[in-house]
Amino acid sequence: MNFEKVLFAFFILLAMTLNFGFFYGDQTDPSQHHVYELFAAIVISLIATIMKFGDRSQVGAVLLATSLVADLQLIAAATVWGIAVYGLNLPLNASVMSTIVSLSGGALLANIVSTILLVIETIVARR
Amino acid sequence: MDSIPFLILRRLRRPLLLLLTVYSIAVLGFTLIPGVDDNGNPWRMDFFHAFYFVSYMGSTIGFGELPYAFTDAQRLWTMVTIYTTVVSWLYTIGSIISLIQDPTLRDTFILRNFKKNVSRIKEPFYLVCGYGETGNQLVRAMCQRGLRSVVIDKTEERISALQLQDFGIYVPGIYGDATDVELLKDAGLKNRFCKGVFALTDDDLVNLKVSITSKLLNPDVKVIARVEHHEIDANMRSFGTDHIINPFDSFADLVSLAVKAPSFYLLQTWLTSPPGTKLLEPIFPPKGRWIICGYGRFGHAMHKQLGNLGIDVTVVDANPDETNPPKHFVFGVGTEAVTLREAEVETADALVAANDNDTNNLSTIMTARELNPKLFLVSRQNGSANDELFQAADLDMITYHNRVVARRTLAIITTPLTEEFLKLARKQEITWANQLVSRIIAVIDDEVPHTWVINVKDGSAKAIMRSLKEKRPVHLRHLLKDPTNRKRNLDCVTLMIKREGKTLLSPDSKETIRAGDSILFSGSGDAEIRMRRIARNYEDLFYVRTGVTRPSGIIWRKLFIEKENF
Repeated sequence: MNFEKVLFAFFILLAMTLNFGFFYGDQTDPSQHHVYELFAAIVISLIATIMKFGDRSQVGAVLLATSLVADLQLIAAATVWGIAVYGLNLPLNASVMSTIVSLSGGALLANIVSTILLVIETIVARR
Repeated sequence: MDSIPFLILRRLRRPLLLLLTVYSIAVLGFTLIPGVDDNGNPWRMDFFHAFYFVSYMGSTIGFGELPYAFTDAQRLWTMVTIYTTVVSWLYTIGSIISLIQDPTLRDTFILRNFKKNVSRIKEPFYLVCGYGETGNQLVRAMCQRGLRSVVIDKTEERISALQLQDFGIYVPGIYGDATDVELLKDAGLKNRFCKGVFALTDDDLVNLKVSITSKLLNPDVKVIARVEHHEIDANMRSFGTDHIINPFDSFADLVSLAVKAPSFYLLQTWLTSPPGTKLLEPIFPPKGRWIICGYGRFGHAMHKQLGNLGIDVTVVDANPDETNPPKHFVFGVGTEAVTLREAEVETADALVAANDNDTNNLSTIMTARELNPKLFLVSRQNGSANDELFQAADLDMITYHNRVVARRTLAIITTPLTEEFLKLARKQEITWANQLVSRIIAVIDDEVPHTWVINVKDGSAKAIMRSLKEKRPVHLRHLLKDPTNRKRNLDCVTLMIKREGKTLLSPDSKETIRAGDSILFSGSGDAEIRMRRIARNYEDLFYVRTGVTRPSGIIWRKLFIEKENF
């Protein structure tokens, strides 16, 4: 067992699960999407990205790409939140919330691809 | 794939992770710790304000406690986070700095830049391996002629020196092992613009490897190798190295040429010296007895060449076990009068100081001159530091192997026809050479003649081509006329015409020029410029052919051509 591999898989999975946790629920209802969960998703996703730095294998490169997509989507969601609430002084209404949640939905898709790739790589390596 | 971004990212993984973790914990802390607003109501920082605060605190900008004054609990957390964020920044910056200074990364950067610079060259260039004195002189001379080059040398200092020198043309250089195939490829060996590879290092084995690699990977490339041992010379010939330059053999050959016929020697030196070199006094080496001090590689070559001419040679040598001199040699270095007397210097006609030590050579020369002032003196020079001493010693001939190699390499690449001409010229009668030399002397001043080639093809000789296409024959004598006044002849001599693989030595001026000819001339620099003008400019060619100045405007030309019916 390789500790680096464990940590790596842990962060990739955690990024996906946190992302899912934020995404899950009524898309227009702000009370079903907590800001802390978005924060945790962003931080873990960034950690997962940094951990992929410097991997020169083909799978490593694709993993880095999917991870960067997830980061981008989640940061975009947070930015929309910040601009809507503090920049434009809008209340956190259904339309803003649905934008944020759909952005995080995109990130979730990228995270799922990451996880699938990780699983494939593990299977191939075991062979 | 380019490895540099990956190398940097891999090294920065740890500091970036640390920074991210510290920032997230700090931000999270501020959103969790209760505070109060300006009215004393309980208030909690949201992520927006927390990230804003941590951003300016972590970067030590410090705008103060925003948006409301902090509670003690918040201040406590601020204290913790100030130290952690600042320390993690220091660690990150330290990592970046040590990364920049990392020798592997630096080498990767240098190599990448070098490759980029090489691939940017979009004209023919030459790859020079070995940037010692020979390489330096060669590159300088090539730059003066507008030829591009790329340099490889094993020492970093020489490449740094190259980068500081201003040649007017950028010369990319890299330090590394020239026998490394990858490095040769990076330096453009397989580039379609690479016209030649020069293996000029002082190590014969390195030169051998460079030549064989070049010939294998790019058979079209012209390979010129410097070699000082005969076994390696033979080896190089076996796989088709285009030119092999043995500085000792070359010079010994030159000396023997001078002994045999001074005019051949003059032709050879004139046509291979860089333009602008002052004309030297003609030398007349004696045919009597020669003394060779030092039976190393140069002494050996001299002995062989002089022996072929049937000249009586006395060898003086201090290491007979290693050098294996001929039977009747005199033991000693040759610097002392005793040794030289034993070699009967008083009755000798010429002396060669052929040691690989400049001090010994100079000392030999001085002692010998004292014993016999009439001696014809030849010395080998080993380092450029002693240039002035050798000049002051007023020798009849000096051989400096680095210079010999640089000069011959340059002659081969700039005027390949010259080599061919000299080879043919040697087979001619001495009277022919004497005549040619006197004709050349008549057209030059105090500098060696320029040597140039007119290739009759589109481009540099488009006027001749046009004339030939219009069925207006061009004769050699037309090219030899002054385009400003055709009653005058240009100060030059035709050496040779090369036509369909055949050569014509000193052709008659009535010779008709055909497309595809290569014509070798020698003369003043001014004549070269004017002749090139004739070859390129149709109006000038028309004038030297007919004596009529042709109008260059369209209307005038129409009127003129109809009237004169040319």
